[in-house]
Amino acid sequence: MASAADGAPQPEAGIAREPEADIAIEVEGLRKQFGTHVVVDDLTMRVRRRQIYGFLGPNGSGKTTTIRMLCGLLTPDAGRGTCLGYDIRTEARRIRAKVGYMTQKFSLYADLSVRENLEFVARLYGVPRPEAAAAAAIARLGLEGRGKQLAGELSGGWKQRLALGACILPQPELLLLDEPTAGVDPQARREFWSEIHTLAAEGLTVLVSTHYMDEAERCHEIAYIAYGHLLAQGPVADVIAASGLTTVTVEAMGAGDSGPAMAALARELEARPGIDMVAPFGTRLHISGRGPQALDAALAPFRARPGLVFRADAPTLEDVFIDLMSRSKDNMT
Amino acid sequence: MSAGGFLSGGLFSGGFLRRVGAMVTKEFIQLQRDRVTFATMIMIPLLQLVLFGYAINTTPRNLPTAVLAHENTDATRAIVAALRNTDFFQFTRLATSEQEAEHLIRAGDVLFLVEIPAGFERALRRGEAPALLVAADATDPVASANALGALEGTVRTALRRERFVDAAGTAPFSITQHRRYNPAGTSQLNIVPGLLGTILTMTMLIFTALSVTREVERGTMESLLSMPINPVEIMLGKILPYVLVGIMQGVLILGAGMVLFAVPVEGSLTLLTIVTLLFITANLSVGYTFSTLAQNQLQAVQMSFMFFLPNILLSGFMFPFAGMPVWAQWISQCLPLTHYLRMVRGILLKGAGFTDLAPDIAALAALMLIAMAIAVARFRQTLD
Ligand SMILES: Nc1ncnc2c1ncn2[C@@H]1O[C@H](COP(=O)(O)OP(=O)(O)O)[C@@H](O)[C@H]1O
Ligand SMILES: [Mg+2]
Repeated sequence: MASAADGAPQPEAGIAREPEADIAIEVEGLRKQFGTHVVVDDLTMRVRRRQIYGFLGPNGSGKTTTIRMLCGLLTPDAGRGTCLGYDIRTEARRIRAKVGYMTQKFSLYADLSVRENLEFVARLYGVPRPEAAAAAAIARLGLEGRGKQLAGELSGGWKQRLALGACILPQPELLLLDEPTAGVDPQARREFWSEIHTLAAEGLTVLVSTHYMDEAERCHEIAYIAYGHLLAQGPVADVIAASGLTTVTVEAMGAGDSGPAMAALARELEARPGIDMVAPFGTRLHISGRGPQALDAALAPFRARPGLVFRADAPTLEDVFIDLMSRSKDNMT
Repeated sequence: MSAGGFLSGGLFSGGFLRRVGAMVTKEFIQLQRDRVTFATMIMIPLLQLVLFGYAINTTPRNLPTAVLAHENTDATRAIVAALRNTDFFQFTRLATSEQEAEHLIRAGDVLFLVEIPAGFERALRRGEAPALLVAADATDPVASANALGALEGTVRTALRRERFVDAAGTAPFSITQHRRYNPAGTSQLNIVPGLLGTILTMTMLIFTALSVTREVERGTMESLLSMPINPVEIMLGKILPYVLVGIMQGVLILGAGMVLFAVPVEGSLTLLTIVTLLFITANLSVGYTFSTLAQNQLQAVQMSFMFFLPNILLSGFMFPFAGMPVWAQWISQCLPLTHYLRMVRGILLKGAGFTDLAPDIAALAALMLIAMAIAVARFRQTLD
């Protein structure tokens, strides 16, 4: 065979290729631009195996672009990296064989049935007995009875389930899921996440992008990316701790509609130096500042007001992200 | 990844046939689900064959004809009477001047102008075999070619009846032809082979031209590219189902041609099948190449059309190949239809064998391989 004759290194043939067996993804200085628009800039990250790694950021921040670079669908303009130990620039073919990529937009064949789509995937990956594998996947996904239905006719939640099923069918080592739960109802989201946790427990590494904050809490580690820059990464608690934010909540005492009063209070607070962020949470306001003393000083005149209860609190992930975003915006302009 | 990279690395590595097979199966299912396309594949050949086959009727009928007579003799009257009586021609008028006659033919009022020179009858009686001048508007080459033959017969019969000609009918006159606008003609049986080639060109081009762009536009390409399949496998998987479709169309057209138009098959049917397979694959490859170059389906259709037009105009289907300038002949050598037409006409009508056709077969194979090489090289394996 041609490949054996030219003596190319054959990782499968036994040459040790896993110095960092515990690392699934490691990239450094990744950069991608379309025309003059830099979409991902100097991105460095590391994902350990068997982790659920959340990739967060607002729309247009470069999540999809990064994921595409990881599986060789886009060529980075700068930087280097490996995915499952294979170079993302030169060994895309090997990466593809071991990665399941679920695209943001449904990308299975709408005019093939559920079963036909799964069989197609099984055949491409060389799964033994594709028909049986497809049937097993249908059972696992709870799609029994829908095998003959055209994929394009499924509802959003079922489509997403099918797409996940197609990704895990060839038993990949790494799942790249691009906003898998966008536009899916809460019940289906919950089931989806429990499935992902099961998969991680079985040994899969999962990188999942999302812009739902509550989903971040379900990840072992997270990375936050905005405007192409990676702003924070690590376990959720670490990210919150590292933010250096101090948060105080304030609540109005007594009955009655406190809404208008609280909105006025929020505007008033926001204008004070030392207060970086005010966000309403139900009947409460989250007030955050980067310096604890400055925050205290800023709040002092308000504490005396009757009918308001101040309480020290921990910042939420959302507080942290909003702060990170406004800081990075300041840096860029 | 370079074209050479996957050729050495993965083309014949394990699973090549399995992956092509998966692709073929998928394409077949999609094709079969797409009822409109499926119906079109059967209707296009039949409709076109019946439409063109009957519309392009090569037996001349009622061709408008004028006579410009420079003498008024029995011979003149006999010829005019004969033209009135035959179905081939429709005698419109007796022109009175050169200018009028010239205008009639240029304006398209008549397709034929029969000019009887002064002293025609006298020369006829003396056995000097005078010349009848016939100007033909040969923009419709098929009609004019056959009509010219018919004209000679008509005039001869008329003059014999008037006893200007002895019973033996030795050439008492000659016809000096002047074909205007288009100097050659083709025969009736050329049409079915020609249609076989053009219909196959059109349908095959369009089918594959849409195949890659369709996946890009529907968003399925991103998934496909992220799976372990290489460009050669994708290409073969997308071309092979349509080879079968093409063969089906070929059988349909040829069968209908034999039944409806009594097209003979003088040569080998096996050779015809092989040549047709090659031709189908060559066109599918060209279409697929467009598909890899185009940004969207509309562009792919436009490219196919740009390629289809010269195929029609320069291949010898509409206009005789021999009449074209050298540069046009060179262009036409690059068109699959040129070679295929020559071969099909050769096999069907002249009983040509493999050795007669070898250069055309080689040319067709070369065109196919070039198109495939471009397609594989140009296939975008990334979304960059
Ligand atoms: N192929 C492309 N060509 C040009 N611009 C692109 C392309 N893909 C993405 N972009 C731009 O890059 C930015 C980041 O996009 P994306 O990675 O999809 O963000 P996200 O997935 O985080 O929403 C967006 O502004 C988008 O318009
Ligand atoms: Mg995205």
